[in-house]
Amino acid sequence: MARNILKKLRKGYLLIFLIPSLTIITVFFLFPVILTFLIGLTSMDYTFRWDWIGLGNYIYILKDRWAAKILSNTLFYVFTTLIFFNVGLALLVSIMTVHINERVGSAFRTLWLLPRITPSTVYALLWLWASRGEETALFNWVLSSIGIQSVDWRLTQPWLLVILVNGFIGVSFGMIIFTAALKSIPEDYIRAASVDGASTLQIIRHVELPLIRWPIMFVTAYQTLSLLTSYEYILLVTDGGPGLFTTEVWALYSYHLAFVQYGGIVKFGYGAALATILVIIGLIMSIIYWKVFRFKELMLEPKIEV
Amino acid sequence: MLESIFNLLYFPPFYYYLDNLLREHIFSSQKGYITKFVIEGLNMVNVRLVDLSKHFGRVKAVDNLNLDIKDGEFVAFLGPSGCGKTTTLLMIAGIYRPTNGYIYFDDQVVNEVPPKDRNIGMVFQSYALYPHMKVYDNIAFPLKLKKRPKAEIDRKVREAAKLLNILELLDRKPSQLSGGQQQRVALARALVKEPQLFLMDEPLSNLDAKLRIQMRAELKRMQRDLGITTIYVTHDQIEAMTMADRIAVLNLGKLQQYATPVELYNRPANTFVAGFIGSLPMNLIDGDLVFGDGAAFLNLGELTIKFIGTQGSVLREVGAEGRAILGVRPEDIIVGEGEYEGDVFIIEPLGRDKIVHINAGGIILRALVPVGFDVDEGDKIRFTFVKKRIHLFDGKSGEAYF
Repeated sequence: MARNILKKLRKGYLLIFLIPSLTIITVFFLFPVILTFLIGLTSMDYTFRWDWIGLGNYIYILKDRWAAKILSNTLFYVFTTLIFFNVGLALLVSIMTVHINERVGSAFRTLWLLPRITPSTVYALLWLWASRGEETALFNWVLSSIGIQSVDWRLTQPWLLVILVNGFIGVSFGMIIFTAALKSIPEDYIRAASVDGASTLQIIRHVELPLIRWPIMFVTAYQTLSLLTSYEYILLVTDGGPGLFTTEVWALYSYHLAFVQYGGIVKFGYGAALATILVIIGLIMSIIYWKVFRFKELMLEPKIEV
Repeated sequence: MLESIFNLLYFPPFYYYLDNLLREHIFSSQKGYITKFVIEGLNMVNVRLVDLSKHFGRVKAVDNLNLDIKDGEFVAFLGPSGCGKTTTLLMIAGIYRPTNGYIYFDDQVVNEVPPKDRNIGMVFQSYALYPHMKVYDNIAFPLKLKKRPKAEIDRKVREAAKLLNILELLDRKPSQLSGGQQQRVALARALVKEPQLFLMDEPLSNLDAKLRIQMRAELKRMQRDLGITTIYVTHDQIEAMTMADRIAVLNLGKLQQYATPVELYNRPANTFVAGFIGSLPMNLIDGDLVFGDGAAFLNLGELTIKFIGTQGSVLREVGAEGRAILGVRPEDIIVGEGEYEGDVFIIEPLGRDKIVHINAGGIILRALVPVGFDVDEGDKIRFTFVKKRIHLFDGKSGEAYF
């Protein structure tokens, strides 16, 4: 009897401690998602009228002749940036800077963090300047020295520019996580491997990379989701162009429809429906990563053993 | 049938045995190539450290170390933490680069040889088993790096596992093993590539006391059987005394003494070695040394010890005078009779023996007496020293006169 009361009391305490975070999740995540979903069921425009049209918007998405292109754009953008930059280059940079002189390495990583603390418009503007069509612009000026003709990179290679702009800044997150993980590997493993006859490359391949497997998987999953919903640099650099929807991604399309007037019409309802789809894609991705990477095991016990 | 003969042939101790046979009987006859072939199976090395130093900034972790380790020898580096023993080991392994001096393997300077090319096996205090690999892959790792054929790797891994009694653990992950089992896996991994030099960094420190004593004997036996030159780092003087052929005692980066366990015990070079070696610490007592009447006298408050004969002449020769430190082991104090008298201060029974603390005019001496010796706390007691086993050290430098 007394034990039961104690148990209830303990549960009550748990609830008290959980309330702050539960509030934040409800107000800033759950509530907006529900609101988005509800707006997605209306034909709401600038008049903010709740005209319920059921699944009308979703049927419209299926009929939208740009939806397929934008979806494939999104997947291309997310996975190319992820593989080559947010995970690939991040790994390369952290491995390289960990294995060189400590001071030089951390100075290099600090430099790479600068874009993160630069306002995004300034950062995007720098890229726009560098990629201009004039011969004196940075890219053309550098490339002309190896005989490549001057072009406007934004018009001729929009995807390259979009991925570079996002990837260059995206590296820093993985870089920080991977560097911390690499530095937490007990030195004895590295010593044992080098005595066992491994070269530096073999140590990286057979000891260090397997030991930071969990951080790599975490960064992969986390960055997939954040790339999926990111659009600000694309907005600033190409705004989905050049031409029709060349570099338009799903999140940007949703933004365009909801907040930018096409022929004087603001489609809150349709934009919200698109955003809902994005949330669903994100959820599916999370579940896939959870299963494939067996994150449950990660939660069960610490995986960096000492 | 044929395969089992081959397996037998591949057993490393067998090679060592064969090698010795061949050295004794065939080496002098002109068939040099046979010896060469057999010795390759087990290539031992002679390690020489010449003026070896390692500085970390302004800290001299190892300072001008000179040591010679013969092939097949089991040498222990002994000292308190921070004495430079592990630093020295890591320099021999090639992980640290010496600030000054040279490391020789036989006649070759290996300062610039990377660890992977030194052909050494190493066991760490933490065992350092790769947590993502099964026991089998941990042991196979050095051979895989050498790109040996699969069949050979498999045979050698099983041999090493058999030698260390861990055959049934090959499919487990290190996290599923006990400390003692992990230790065996670490040993197997170090042995599997048939190293010319075996380095062990406090390998028994993480084991419980009982297992440690068992592994101590096993390690010693294994080293004898395989005959691999071995350097063993420890802060535990019992480990060093029981296992090593020779012990290098280090303190503050400097070599204090390099000698056999018996010699370290009987002839400590200075007060540091005297105090560090021996499970019951040596009595070290400050005194005043004066000469007179053709003998030397050590004044210890109410006690005076007279040195005549060889001991007296040694003191006279080196011109020792003034502050000196008496060193006498508890078992070298004879209790019950003798020229000195003191009060029994406290008694600590040890089972077979007991330690009697004697207060003689303000000086506390610990004496080891058999448990049957009848004495009580507060008793007056007579005692004397085994004169020829007394040590005397310079009061300033701590160096031994005898």
